[in-house]
Amino acid sequence: MSRVAKLWRTHWLRALIVFALLYFLPYSTLSIPGVFDGPLDAPGVLQLLAVCLVFAGLAISYDLLFGHTGVMSFGHGIFVTGGMYVTTILVNHAGYALLPSAAIALVVSLAASLILGGVALRVGGIGFAMVTLAFGQAVSILVISGSPQLTGGEQGQTLNGSAVPAALDGVRNTANLYWIALAYLVVCALAVWGLAASTPGRVMRAIHENERRVEVLGLNPYLFKLLAFALAAVLAAGGGIIYLLLLGGATPSVSTSNFTLSLLVMVVLGGAGRRWGAIVGGLVYGYASQSLTRLSGASAISGLPGVLRGPLQQPLFLLGAAFVLIVFFAPGGLAGRFGAKTITDEYRGGLRS
Amino acid sequence: MTTVILLTATGLGLAALYFLVASGLSLIFGLMDVLNFAHGAFVSVGGYVGWTVADHLSGTIGLFGALLAGIAAGAAIAAGTELAVIRPLYGRPLDQVLATVGLGLAIPALLQAIWGADSRTWLVPGWLAGTVDIAGARVPSVRFLLIGIAVALLVGLRLLLGRTRAGLIVRAGVEDRAMVTALGIDVRRANSAVFALGGAAAGLAGVLYGLYQGSVSPGDGTSLLIFAFVVVVLGGAGSITGTALAAVAVGLVQQYADYASASLGDESVVILLAAVLLLRRRNLQGRPA
Repeated sequence: MSRVAKLWRTHWLRALIVFALLYFLPYSTLSIPGVFDGPLDAPGVLQLLAVCLVFAGLAISYDLLFGHTGVMSFGHGIFVTGGMYVTTILVNHAGYALLPSAAIALVVSLAASLILGGVALRVGGIGFAMVTLAFGQAVSILVISGSPQLTGGEQGQTLNGSAVPAALDGVRNTANLYWIALAYLVVCALAVWGLAASTPGRVMRAIHENERRVEVLGLNPYLFKLLAFALAAVLAAGGGIIYLLLLGGATPSVSTSNFTLSLLVMVVLGGAGRRWGAIVGGLVYGYASQSLTRLSGASAISGLPGVLRGPLQQPLFLLGAAFVLIVFFAPGGLAGRFGAKTITDEYRGGLRS
Repeated sequence: MTTVILLTATGLGLAALYFLVASGLSLIFGLMDVLNFAHGAFVSVGGYVGWTVADHLSGTIGLFGALLAGIAAGAAIAAGTELAVIRPLYGRPLDQVLATVGLGLAIPALLQAIWGADSRTWLVPGWLAGTVDIAGARVPSVRFLLIGIAVALLVGLRLLLGRTRAGLIVRAGVEDRAMVTALGIDVRRANSAVFALGGAAAGLAGVLYGLYQGSVSPGDGTSLLIFAFVVVVLGGAGSITGTALAAVAVGLVQQYADYASASLGDESVVILLAAVLLLRRRNLQGRPA
């Protein structure tokens, strides 16, 4: 027992086991009634799981800002939108291939994050949250009503099918999309964990704990916050591109403030600043937000009296209420419930034990 | 010329709405350091409650009933939020903000569950539905109602903050809450009062936004909230006059830019915000950063 438990405590081994399990999931024909509509290798189920994985990756990228550096940004959706829309526009309107478009989208998002972060980080704390929210709204309006022939307006825009490689096209290849989503999650996790273990990551955690003290020590918090902001933005843009492939088109919903708020909900739900917190939160939120929509049509709910039925058919109501309850009763999130330490605590004393 | 008058009147009407939302937001943030993401939800609640009243009692009585009901609903839900959600989380400022985020998501969804996702048409009484002739420009009368109410609120708040003991406590609390507490004054009561007051203004804004648009929809409050945030950042938290000036600036810039090119209005507000942030080396409280 103790030996197994000790091995399980080794982070990289635990990660390896979890990711390997996720990797082999599409080979399984196991069916879990009540949880998924069909066996695990059914395209519908894989699609749902892939969206969960993308959300988990996005949640980690957000946690780098929120949980690790203590920066509350409400503009994270900007970069998801950037990755998604720059790729779509380049493919559909400029006739580029998918890969170069995606690469350009990443570079554009990086540049945008440096400009936006450079400006917005001049105000600290809550002011930063308000400013990024305003920028996010500007991007959202630009996408929805700025240039409908370019962005598709409220409807969004289908990605030109001929640009998508055959291996990613069609229902039969959903497993490939699932693996791409998983690869994205792994990249995000490794990037954020790797950064957390490095010296800049240590400074970021110090900023999270006490920014003034970091300043007194002679370091410039601004630069480290900008670094976190830029890396998180590039990861978010990557997530936007993967999400685009999953959906087969760009959707303006990722640009809305509700999308960014849902990233915050995921991170807090799972446990901010905890190694597995954002991943757990992203998976749970991704599953809940997709299944609650399905659940709302279920016979068990439509049989309820109207007073109960109405609110229960609103996924956002359930998630918002659950979020308030988590904040109240489980400040460490789901991961915190199960005794997970914050990464700061891990490095403080956990490594020696 | 007529275009300029019309744009200015519309811009000032919008500014009035922004001021109603932002003044409460600014006082709450200044006094309690709580960025209230549920404020937009208060606006929506006020709007829907007001719409329901106006729907049952039509005409002028309905209008005044709606205004009063909106104020009452906004104050009630804000006071309830402060009591049930904000107060237990005292000393956990981040969690306070997060809880309001949760409410900001849940309440509009609840409104949507009750009143449906589609916008509801708001019938304005006849004397308010017309236009007023100013130098040849036909300005909708509702704009003047908005501006009048906002000016009244500005004057009222200035008097309340400047001339009463309660206002003194709030102003002192904005400056240094710990010191006020140390002097033996219970700031928590001021917190409740400011929350209820801000909620009342937000509920009123919800009703007025309904009149302004001629309809109410669940997302109204959230869209107003974002510009109200911009107004708070520009005006400085806790400063009523600053909030009013910033609201006028944002409303006018938005309208003029919108006239130049559709959808440029919202972008220009964000550009204004970025420019001010770049040029000003001060934090939200107006103290050097």
